[in-house]
Amino acid sequence: MANRIKIKKGLQIPLLGVSDETLRGEITSEFVRICPEDFHGITPKLAVKVGDTVKAGTALFYDKNHADMLFASPVSGVITEIERGAKRRILNIVIKADSSSIYEDFGKKKVASLSADEVKKSILDAGIWFVIRQRPYDVVANPSKQPRDIFITAFDSAPLAPSYDFLLKGQEEELQTGLDALAKLTAGKVYLSIGKQTTNKGLREAQHVVINEFDGPHPAGNVGVQINKLKPVNRGETVWTLNALDVVIIGRLFNKGIVDLTRTIALTGSEVKQTGYYRMVIGTELKSLFSNNVTEGISLRYISGNPLTGRKIDAHGVLRAYNSQVTVIPEGDDVHEAFGWASLSPKRYSAGGTYARLKKAYRLDARTLGGPRAIIVSNEYDKVFPMDIYPEQLIKAIMAFNIDKMEALGIYEVAPEDFALCEFVDTSKLELQHIVRTGLDLLRKEME
Amino acid sequence: MKALKKYLDKIKPNFEEGGKLHWLYSTYDAFETFLFVPNTTSKTGVHIHDARDSKRTMIIVILALVPALLVGMYNVGLQHYMAVGQDVTLLTRFVYGLIAMLPLIVVSYVVGLGIEFAMAQVKKEEVAEGYLVSGMLIPMIVPIDTPLWMVAIAVAFSVIFAKEVFGGTGYNIFNVALIARAFLFFSYPTKMSGDQVWVRTADTFGMGGGTVIDGYSGATPLGQIATTDAGGFGEFAFRGITGQSLSISDMFFGFIPGSVGEVSTFAILLGALILIVTGVGSWKTMLSVFLGGLVAALLVNSFAQNAMMEMPVYYHFLLGGFAFGAVFMATDPVTSARTEKGKWIFGFFIGLLAVAIRVFNPGYPEGMMLAILFMNAFAPLIDFYVIDANIKRRAKRAAAANAI
Repeated sequence: MANRIKIKKGLQIPLLGVSDETLRGEITSEFVRICPEDFHGITPKLAVKVGDTVKAGTALFYDKNHADMLFASPVSGVITEIERGAKRRILNIVIKADSSSIYEDFGKKKVASLSADEVKKSILDAGIWFVIRQRPYDVVANPSKQPRDIFITAFDSAPLAPSYDFLLKGQEEELQTGLDALAKLTAGKVYLSIGKQTTNKGLREAQHVVINEFDGPHPAGNVGVQINKLKPVNRGETVWTLNALDVVIIGRLFNKGIVDLTRTIALTGSEVKQTGYYRMVIGTELKSLFSNNVTEGISLRYISGNPLTGRKIDAHGVLRAYNSQVTVIPEGDDVHEAFGWASLSPKRYSAGGTYARLKKAYRLDARTLGGPRAIIVSNEYDKVFPMDIYPEQLIKAIMAFNIDKMEALGIYEVAPEDFALCEFVDTSKLELQHIVRTGLDLLRKEME
Repeated sequence: MKALKKYLDKIKPNFEEGGKLHWLYSTYDAFETFLFVPNTTSKTGVHIHDARDSKRTMIIVILALVPALLVGMYNVGLQHYMAVGQDVTLLTRFVYGLIAMLPLIVVSYVVGLGIEFAMAQVKKEEVAEGYLVSGMLIPMIVPIDTPLWMVAIAVAFSVIFAKEVFGGTGYNIFNVALIARAFLFFSYPTKMSGDQVWVRTADTFGMGGGTVIDGYSGATPLGQIATTDAGGFGEFAFRGITGQSLSISDMFFGFIPGSVGEVSTFAILLGALILIVTGVGSWKTMLSVFLGGLVAALLVNSFAQNAMMEMPVYYHFLLGGFAFGAVFMATDPVTSARTEKGKWIFGFFIGLLAVAIRVFNPGYPEGMMLAILFMNAFAPLIDFYVIDANIKRRAKRAAAANAI
């Protein structure tokens, strides 16, 4: 029986639009776009040019600082465009996909017979190293550092999040192979954190890992919270983090010898007419998913990911690299609500007691519902922040960029996503995730 | 509402960069956001937001102040008509209190918000809502007979020197309303304490004229016990302004001389309930203030030398500004301790000090204002030690890990 850890602080935002657990089919698009900015912390250098033919698994670009860290194409096809932004920053690499993908052959391998370096090299060469991220700084893991431990979260507690049990059904073998491969990469332990609701046998009975069961509201599923409860990151240490879905991608590489970046994603949100699960590779255009399947007549916000940490995309956007969820909610810029501060409307949701809390699911839009202010209310962040860290004080230290204080208050343990709920409940409407992201990036520049 | 929105949109360009009324942009924005929820949507980070904002928070506090304000207004009329010896209807009493109080509220808001709007414009920021609460608190904690020009000066001083020079709402160290009160107290002591200021004996806008009856004394109960010659509490009795004896229920429901906000403990508790249920005010701070007061009063009782020292603890809670300070002043999140552990310490010492000042200070029978201001200064220190425990724990853990 797994060790059970109870999380008390947090918040489960009751949103409309939970996905039905039905697989509705496979989505392909003519063009597939990969956005290097998804892979935070790397400087992309192109490995292909327009007109090149690639297979699924061929490197599209690599990291300037680690030339061995490749980033694989999810499909086979022809590179049709490199979209660039200001300062020639690469925005998108556009691939015209073949109707059925041809895979680069990396050869099936038995993990048990490989050394740590061979495992690492296989993952790097295959261009899927990006699934491993690291703390501190919450960036793509630095392959030249030894991780103290590896932490894997096996459930997602975010609002409208897909069920990992459903997503991992039938992939238990690949999951275990992935876990075995990861176990080779650290001298420490591999921690697999499952939820109270987890039923998948591949997770519950996974081998060669330390299983802990977390019980509580969001952000119990955030790997940062799990690390904080299990074995916090200290100054000078590095740990690697993944989610169980990405472990499967590693497992596939060894079991099948190919890079298969297919994800099963949940289409969620209050504005989706028919929710459900779909299979697609990362970078797939989502417009066929949205057409005739979203509310018409109002302005909408499309999100790759969940409403707390996801990325804003447009109706022609693509599935971003790390997401297994696509959400559509009202944008709200066409709503003009009078006297909001006096509102008794049952449509307004608040985690606190200043609005009536009804037992129902809410349809929330993207308005900030207030202007930015100095931090006024106290004990607001703490209530949804289950780590042994003072969030408000840490945020203030980051704003002042006081490195000593940031270190003392635990900057190395956090990622922007850990502050998502704080940002949601914040009366002062500050962009906390952005503040943390900026702070981590500056700190990394300073320290490395 | 739609027509209004259209009108706002029409005049908006005048206030934007380049418009001839640009110097009033903050004012325009304050009114626009007061009328309509801004339709700006999130640009980074979370895509959905909690419906609670700064405006909602402040409105809840004002709502919580309303019971104390209404009972206090009624009591102004009650005391007045008792002083002039007239028997009038309940409504007349209330109306008298209302028109006596309104000028104070208007002056407080006009001066305070005027400065806030101007500062917001200078700083190119949105107008913060903090003064909505301070502006209501100030008239509620000064004597009803405070001249309006004094209120205006105190408000201006407090908003500028206690808040804006520190950076505005959210950055001040001392409670703005209490600084205004303290400014008045030290600048115009004769208008702020004693027997003459707590009951309005003159008419207000021609209403309620009359001569004060014989035997009238406007001393507050705390003032009476502080200056009594009685050897012990047993020989002492609280008197109303016409010499009638005061019951516990008079004190609890607020039919005693005092400033508008503080008199009715009952109404204050109603306000406390609103603050606690909505989560706007910290119950920990409130409770710990009372605990601190309890401990101090019991200690003082145990070696009592005079009537004030012998006074049972519940009188401390019922009289003067103790309850009002605990519920509405100590809980100000900006000037209170910000950590949960810190709140217990912060509140406890406020209660302790308030009772200590009441008992040991010969000149002035009230201690709440000074106790809270004093602890405002210590709140950052309290937080420092609470957070330092977390920092030390982390450092120790890191040291242990690096030693291996």
